[in-house]
Amino acid sequence: MDWIDFATPKTVSEAVELLASKGDRARLLAGGTDLLVQLRGGRRSVDLVVDAKQIPELNELSYSAQNGLVIGAAVPCYRIYADNAIATAYPGLMDAATLIGGIQIQGRATLGGNLCNAAPSGDSIPPIIALGGVAHIAGSNGSRQVAAEDFCTGPGRNVLQDGEMLVSINFPTPVAHSGASYLRFIPRNEMDIAVAGVGTSVVLDASGQNFVSARISLASVAPTPVFAKDAGESLAGKPVSEATIQEASEKAIAAATPISDMRGTIRQRNHLVGVLTRRTLNIAVERARGG
Amino acid sequence: MPGPTHVQATINGEDVNFLCEPRQSLLEVLRDVLGMTGTKEGCNDGNCGACTVIFDGRIVDSCLVLGVEIQGREVTTIEGLATADGLHPIQQAFLENAALQCGICTPGFIVASKGLLDGEPGADEGRIRHWLAGNLCRCTGYDKIVRAVLDAGEKMK
Ligand SMILES: Cc1cc2nc3c(=O)[nH]c(=O)nc-3n(C[C@H](O)[C@H](O)[C@H](O)COP(=O)(O)OP(=O)(O)OC[C@H]3O[C@@H](n4cnc5c(N)ncnc54)[C@H](O)[C@@H]3O)c2cc1C
Ligand code: FES
Ligand code: FES
Repeated sequence: MDWIDFATPKTVSEAVELLASKGDRARLLAGGTDLLVQLRGGRRSVDLVVDAKQIPELNELSYSAQNGLVIGAAVPCYRIYADNAIATAYPGLMDAATLIGGIQIQGRATLGGNLCNAAPSGDSIPPIIALGGVAHIAGSNGSRQVAAEDFCTGPGRNVLQDGEMLVSINFPTPVAHSGASYLRFIPRNEMDIAVAGVGTSVVLDASGQNFVSARISLASVAPTPVFAKDAGESLAGKPVSEATIQEASEKAIAAATPISDMRGTIRQRNHLVGVLTRRTLNIAVERARGG
Repeated sequence: MPGPTHVQATINGEDVNFLCEPRQSLLEVLRDVLGMTGTKEGCNDGNCGACTVIFDGRIVDSCLVLGVEIQGREVTTIEGLATADGLHPIQQAFLENAALQCGICTPGFIVASKGLLDGEPGADEGRIRHWLAGNLCRCTGYDKIVRAVLDAGEKMK
């Protein structure tokens, strides 16, 4: 790693100013579990690393029925799953927060970093999309909000302009009879990169027998995480049944554009999208019925 | 280009001052600046857990922390476990269970286990295996390590 400067701004505006002054030669450091590996491996080079962790807004983790969930961009995974109220209300997010890396990685890694790193395999991104997460962004020209499904623009690329940063990811309060789930396929039990992953969220009617709406998102089957809009919409107003879930899983496969690489082939990935879509929908339905 | 940064932190309960470059990892600082070579380097990219330390109460891979990030904070390394009275129960259990061969992974496993057992001495085998998934061992096959951690937990209750 070449020489870097290190800054510890205490406010968002200070951080934005630092980022703006260096353009693409500056990067924000959240947990560092992607950034430090990339800098050391020479895949990225910067002059200035700006620590995100001393900015109060980025450390916010709050949940209330009125305001929904706010996950500051510097909040590590373990803080999310250690919070019982949040773990209960957002099981789909917990599925991802508890499987990113191992315990050491979860002590540092953030969902904000996972989203900003914009890897097609980012495990938290499908559940963030499925749950309707919104990226709150600050920059020299003011702040803006971007829906999570519009955030990643290519492998390792996102909508942030030079001088912009992610402040938090915000989620609506789960409505009654809703549930979500994320599953990935890896050849090992732990610590691996998804061959394919699927995050789903569903809202059922009061009887628990019919879908009101659903959102489905896929990992590792395209240059970016995929929002399989048609697949989710195909379930709206339909009964919960093997046939409707099968149809949605076929639409999810249609939304995937995987490649063959060392981790898996196109055929295997398409198959996995089908299997994981059906499984996560069934889990999400169970969770929706459970409360 | 400014010079090295002055960092003040608490390491193993002691107030420590050092100079480091912002690009240096906490692992490099521990080993090369402070001469604390108990913490090992395996992969240097977060996969093996050999460099595990406790940072403000959480286990982390010190190769994925910058030395400058510990400013004003607290770190426990393997050197902080034994006391004047003898080895830490986890260290003792690793010896008694022959839970090491080459030993390169051992400090990381012991510190990671402390991170679990301090709060959950009753952790069962499944919990221990899950907790230690970020620690790799090329020699033992893990069974003896898991048995040692179970034993240590008994003594730490
Ligand atoms: C051993 C190991 C195992 C892993 N396992 C998994 C896994 O199972 N699943 C998975 O998805 N990932 C995995 N990862 C990758 C990584 O841990 C995750 O992507 C993690 O969520 C990144 O978060 P971070 O806080 O560490 O990000 P950082 O490394 O701090 O940042 C990542 C990128 O985002 C940028 N960034 C961070 N915060 C902001 C912000 N607020 N605004 C703008 N830009 C920002 C950084 O500049 C950097 O480019 C693993 C990594 C390692 C080393
Ligand atoms: S040396 Fe840090 S995890 Fe391997
Ligand atoms: S004892 Fe050799 S790597 Fe674990």
